[in-house]
Order: sequence, then C-alpha cells, then structure tokens
Amino acid sequence: MDPFIKSVLSQAMLGLNNGAFYALLSLGLAVIFGLLNIVNFAHGAFYMLGAFLALIGLTQFGGWIGMPELSIGFWWALLLSPLLVGLFGIVIERTMLKRLAGLDHLYGLLLTFGVALVLQGFFGNFYNMAGTPYPGIPPSLRGVVDLGFMYFPKYRLFALLFSLAVCFVTWYAIERTKLGALLRASTENPKLVEAFGVNVPLLVTLTYGFGCALAGLAGVMAAPIYSVSPLMGSEIIIVVFAVVVIGGMGSILGAIVTGLGLGLIEGVVKVLYPPAASLVVFVIMAIVLMVRPSGLFGRE
Amino acid sequence: MTRKQWFLLLGLGVVAPFVLYPVFVMKMLCFALFACAFNLLLGYTGLLSFGHAAFFGGAAYVAGYAVKSWGVPPEIGILIGLGVGAILGAAVGALAIRRQGIYFAMVTLALAQIVYFVAVKAPFTGGEDGLQGIPRGRLFGIVDLNDTMNMYYFVLAIFLLAFWSIARIIDSPFGQVLKAIRENEARALSLGYDVDRFKLLAFVLSAALAGLAGATKALVFQFASLTDVHWTTSGEVVLMTLLGGVGTLFGPMVGAFTVVALHSELSALGSWVTVIIGATFIVCVLVFRRGIVGELQALAQRHFWGRREANEAELAQIEQGSKSKP
Repeated sequence: MDPFIKSVLSQAMLGLNNGAFYALLSLGLAVIFGLLNIVNFAHGAFYMLGAFLALIGLTQFGGWIGMPELSIGFWWALLLSPLLVGLFGIVIERTMLKRLAGLDHLYGLLLTFGVALVLQGFFGNFYNMAGTPYPGIPPSLRGVVDLGFMYFPKYRLFALLFSLAVCFVTWYAIERTKLGALLRASTENPKLVEAFGVNVPLLVTLTYGFGCALAGLAGVMAAPIYSVSPLMGSEIIIVVFAVVVIGGMGSILGAIVTGLGLGLIEGVVKVLYPPAASLVVFVIMAIVLMVRPSGLFGRE
Repeated sequence: MTRKQWFLLLGLGVVAPFVLYPVFVMKMLCFALFACAFNLLLGYTGLLSFGHAAFFGGAAYVAGYAVKSWGVPPEIGILIGLGVGAILGAAVGALAIRRQGIYFAMVTLALAQIVYFVAVKAPFTGGEDGLQGIPRGRLFGIVDLNDTMNMYYFVLAIFLLAFWSIARIIDSPFGQVLKAIRENEARALSLGYDVDRFKLLAFVLSAALAGLAGATKALVFQFASLTDVHWTTSGEVVLMTLLGGVGTLFGPMVGAFTVVALHSELSALGSWVTVIIGATFIVCVLVFRRGIVGELQALAQRHFWGRREANEAELAQIEQGSKSKP
C-alpha cells in the first residue's frame, strides 16, 4: 500500500479514537443541556476526575487505607470511577445548580466554570501538571492488532469500540425506551410532565449525574492513552464546545456523529498539515457559523 | 456619573502611587480597564464573551512587537493595540453574534483559542517564553516612561480617558439601545433597531478597549506572555466583572482591584489560588449575583430611599434578561 495512504489511514484511526471521546463528552453535554438548559463547563473537569480516580485507585488508594497491596484495576475503575463522578455530579446539582432554576442560563455556565476551576486547582496541587502515566492496562488488552495498514494498539481499539457501544446504548435508551420518552418529554415541557405525576426534579438530578458519569467514563478510558494531568479537562472541553457548536445540541445522534467526524478530520489534518491539527476544529466551527449558524443538526 | 465622582476618582488615582506600589496600581488600572471594557458587553448588552483574553493578549503581543521591533513610539504602540483589539473583535464578533446566549459564550471561547494557538506557534511571539524586553520609550519623544511615576500617570490618563468614554457610551442613545437589547432583544428588533449591528458595534468597542488595556499592560510590564491570551484570563475578567457587579459603572473596577490584590496576596499558595478563584465564582453566582457594588447600591437604596421593591424588580429583570429572548 502507498505509504502516504497508510499514514493517512493510521492517523484517521487515531483521530477516530479522539473522536470517540469527543462523542462521549458532547453526548453528555447535549443530554444535560436538553433537560437542565445549562452548558456544563465542569464537563472537562469531570473527565479529568474520572481519569484521576482510576489512577488513584490503581496506585495510591490502597496505601491510604493501610493496605498497600490493594490496587483497584482497570476494569473495576471502569465501573466505579464513573459511578463516583456521577455521584459527585448529583451532589453539585442538588446543592448548587438547583438554586439557579429560573435564572439566566449564563449563571449555570459561570457556576460550573467555578466548579471546573476548583477541581483543576485541587488536583494541580497534588499532581504533576505535565501528566502522570496510567500504568494499569489489563494484560488482555496489551499488544497490537494488525489492521492491514497499521498495527493498532489493542487497548485503543477497545476504547474506540467500547465508547461507540456506550454511545449507542445511550442513544437507544433516550430514543427508544419509556424512560427516554419521559426524558424527552421533560425536555420539551417539564411542567406538563410533572402534572402527569412524574418526579421531574429527580429526573433532572439523575440526568445530570448520568451526563457527568459519561464524562468520568471517558476519563477512565483516556487515562491509559494520554497521561493523567490536571489540565486534561480544560484542554478537551474547549474542543468539545466547538464540536457542540458545530453539531448543535438538539440531537443525540448529531452529537455522536459530529464528535466522531471531527476526531477523524483532526487525525487526517495531522498528516496533511501538522501545525493546523489543533486549529482545524475551530476553523470548521467558524465556517459552519458562516454557512449554517444553527449548526449541522441544530433545531433553531 | 456625577462631577463629584469624577474628582474622587481623579484624586484617588493621583494619590494611589504614594500609598501603594506604583507598578501594583498600574496593574490594577490595566485590569480595571479590561474589566470595564468587558462589562460594556456583558453588563450593558447582555452578551457573555468567554474569549476576551484574545483581544487583551493579542493586542499586547502586536503592540509589544511594534514597539520593540519597529521602534514605534509608545503612544502609537498603544493605538496599535486599540486597533488590533478592534479588528480581532470585528472578526470574532461577526461570527459570534450569529448565535445567542450560551452558544455565544462557547463560540467566543473557541475562536479565542485560535488566537491562543497562533500565539503559541507564530514566529514573532516567542512561544512559551513570551515577548520580552519591550522598551517603554519616550512619550511624544519627550517624557521618559522608564521613570515609574511618568509611566504611572500615563497609564492613569489612559484609564481615565477610556473610563470616561465607556461612561459616555453607556449614557448615549446608543447605550440605551444596547440596554434595550439586553432587556428584550426581540422587542428591540420589533421596534426597528438593527440588533445585529448594535451588538457587533458593542462587541468591537469592547474588544478595542480590551486591546487598549492589553497594550498598556505590555508596556507597563515590558512583556507579553501566553497567560495574557489564555482562556483563564478570559475567565478571570468574567470573575472581576461578576464580583464587582455586572452592569454597574464602578463594579468591574472594584472587582478588578479585588482580584488583582487577591492574586498578589495569595501568590505563595500556588495552585490553591485557582481553587480560591473557582470558589469565589461559585459563591458569587450562588449568593452574590449583584456583586460588591451592586449589593452596596441595593443596600443604600433600601436604607435611604426605601426603593427596595423597584430595585428587586430591576434585578430580577437583569437576571432573567436573556430568557425572554427567542
């Protein structure tokens, strides 16, 4: 195979990998925005929190509770870390965001921005800003897979497929189940749904927790690929915001497709013109704003 | 603004460098100007920009480069900063006003990130080191700005002039239209105002004044760094405005003084400063939405004029401002 095509394809695969994280994060943002009408600036911080919980579980937690041989491995982290992040999100929603009901949506953005700064500063105190590697890839996911045009790390393939599966399940749950129907109805008209006897405030809380848990999940999966750093959340959230502006937050599927697509494009640009790779998402956003201001899947 | 307030401000400005470190006061004035420029947009037009660091830092870089490498005099350098702010503001503003509310904030944040990446990569910015050794030069070829007191009164003059312009803009018919847009965009539109043009003009003015602040800061500290264009600086100017009082004339100034003082007092704490800044954000949003000046005004009105109800209604309107927009 032509080496150029080969390198484009391999970067496209790596880009798709990033795209899967964009998709998971923008999906969570879209779900939260739909029901709470706030843009969760803390989403990046929850992604970081997820990664740090996995790292702490693997390397430090045992020592803290006096059992140095205890080490919480990747699979347990994949389950527990999102749960903890989701719980944390629920606490934030119950204690803070709830009080902002009825105010301008911008206050929600500002409040979650504050939460993001607190989390970032907190971890910045104890961990290296440049990042700490996560050494806990399970043995079954080590090694590489031959894709014909490249040797792709098994773990990355797993992260890609698992993210896609989670995206699909979330889409299915929201678009095709009874609970999802309630959720969509509450998005359209919360008062009416409440009149039917549905506990909408509870639904709102759980939705926020779920969105945050998705971010935490993405963080756990990202930990072995990128190093775990206090800044990883703020780096990704700005890109994800651009993704969300491009895709529009009106549709779940739109968020997933846009996230994957932009990751792919970013990867390909890395081969064609490396310096532009970190800019391309923002440039695409500018073009979309000029051509189709409401976003590709927007409903404005 | 009354004449009394002007004299008070002028008096404080003249005396300040004898009480505090002049460089410290200059830093306060630069950030106060930045926050006042930002407030023109958030407080009086109801637009939350999360990308104002792009104008502040972008202007700091270009003005600094012009003074250092082309040898332009400082007053021209400052004007270049104003122009760079305006041009960047026109570009970002034209795109951002195509979306509303929450999207507007995200668009400005993302576009500002382009400026940040350019500052990291471009050959003339010095990358991670920043642009260093910017000479202050001689003002109009006569006044030596390397003398701290000369520099201080130059900065004070810029600040007062810009502050006066902002006060005039707010009180002008143009400013009234901006406030109408803040209160109810749809109604302003139906009254025949070209809302997008007003919003864009407000954005450009705000960005130009932010650029002025950035260029001045570059001259004072003789360097421009990546921090100036980073999103944390955009966040900080939001905090200054929020803490001091959104939509009040003096609020952003008070907020900027407080945040700058906070930074210098807590500089030994390292990353905990970020935690404290974040916590201040949370407290402001949860219990303190009127900010320092806003709360004081409300308190004064409650006690001296008994106009509490009218004031509460006004606050409620500001808080729910953009909810009434389509």
